[in-house]
Formats: sequence, structure tokens, C-alpha cells
Amino acid sequence: MFGYLSSFENDLFGQLERMRREMDALFSGPPGPMGIRSVTSGTYPAINVGAASDRVDVYLFAAGVDPRSLDISLQQHLLSIAGERPAEAPAEAQFYRRERFAGDFRRVISLPEDVDPDRVEARYRDGVLHITVARREEVKPRQIQVE
Amino acid sequence: MNESTAMKGREAGEMSSAAPSEATLLPPVDIYEDAAGITIKADLPGVSRERLTIQVDKDTLTIEGEAAIEMPEGMQALYADLRSTRFRRSFTLSPELAADRITAQVKDGVLTLQVPKRAEARPRKIEISVG
Repeated sequence: MFGYLSSFENDLFGQLERMRREMDALFSGPPGPMGIRSVTSGTYPAINVGAASDRVDVYLFAAGVDPRSLDISLQQHLLSIAGERPAEAPAEAQFYRRERFAGDFRRVISLPEDVDPDRVEARYRDGVLHITVARREEVKPRQIQVE
Repeated sequence: MNESTAMKGREAGEMSSAAPSEATLLPPVDIYEDAAGITIKADLPGVSRERLTIQVDKDTLTIEGEAAIEMPEGMQALYADLRSTRFRRSFTLSPELAADRITAQVKDGVLTLQVPKRAEARPRKIEISVG
């Protein structure tokens, strides 16, 4: 009943989750080479990339961003997304937690090499930027008939 | 999309508890206090107003949401920073906060909760009985 008196996090599952991550890091051996454009896990904004036979879908989990302020460019197969999330709080506010990212961000990811930079679509909804890039025709799987 | 909803405190036992095996993400939050009360902001990308649940059970405030991500058929993950679409985080409220007057607002995947302070926190004289 005195839960509200504790000033520190006592979320058991959060701590177990952190322990699991640390154990994973410990037992996965010496780190191999990392991607030259990779970022620390937990970096804002998170990115997921999925591929189908005719398209590549990129999801940027960028909550609270003005989509007009986003700078998205695709140079050959290199997708870069830059933007800014302003810090917003009243001047007299006293912060207890400041976990949300504020400031400029930039993420660059390398897509499969067969993407077509001329056929790109981007939509922003509920804080998720969804970019769809079409893949070139010639690399789609083709059925081969045995004669 | 910018919706406002007023919330009522609820009785215990109707919390939609997800299966514990399902991975949930801990959304990052900002929490600050000013004269009016406490403000909580949480990043819940992909969570629309319909897929968001905010509940107060006694002194526990729980935020739960499920991100809706449209995915084409036959898609395979090439890379994933986020391994789940379910967000959940809970907080313990303190007694001077008016849990029944919390307001919530969602815009572009950011949830803003305003927890006002109780107005009737009047000073009270305490008599000491000698005997």
C-alpha cells in the first residue's frame, strides 16, 4: 500500500527483461563486426523492414513527429530519413522522467539492391512512417517449366 | 487526429490481462509536475485511439495499447528494432492526485495524460488529547 512512496522503479518484469538482455549480450560471445550504419538498440526512431517479392516495406516508429518536417531520400538502395522532434513542456515543469527522445535524428538503412528508387510511397499515420519501395521486375521469382 | 476522453476510475478485476508469455514493450515516458498536476507523455507509435486502454485500478494507472501495422501478404522481416506490437506500462498514483479526473489525448502516436491534483486538500487542525 505504500507503493506511491517508492521513488525508484520497482518493476520486476522490467528488471528481468533487462537481465535477460544483459545475459544475451554476455553469452552471444565477442561482438562480431557491426553494421557500419547500425545504431545502439533503443535509438529513436525504431525501424522495421520487411520484404515481399514485389516490394520492400520500411516502418519508422516516429511518434510525435510533424511528417512535413521529415526529410526522406533514397539514393540507389540507401534510404535515409532525417527529422526533428521538438521538446515540449511548460517552462515551470519539474521532470521526474525524461525517457522520450527530443532533438534531431537521422537513420540510414541499406535496402535490398533491387529496389526501384523511382517508385516510392510514404505515409504517416498514428506516429508510424510507412515507406513502400517497389522492387524491379526482373528479380521477382519466376516459375520455370520443365519440358 | 486529436481526441479527448474523460475517464472514470474502475473497480478491480476487469483489467484485460494479456497472456504473460506475450512480449510487451515498455513505452518510453516523460513525467513532469506543475501546479495543476502531473503530466505523463508516452510514445505509442502505431496505436490509434481505438486500440488504447487506460485504466485506473485503486492506485494503479495502466496504459495498454496494440499497434496496428499494415503488412502485405508474404512479407518477411529483414530487420526489426521492434519485436512486438503490444505496449504496456503502469504507474502507482499517490493519494493527492484525482484519479477520477484524468484526461487522455492521443496525437501522432503520443499519449498525453493529465492527472490533476485534488482541490479539497484543505489544512485541518489536529487536536491533541491530554490524558
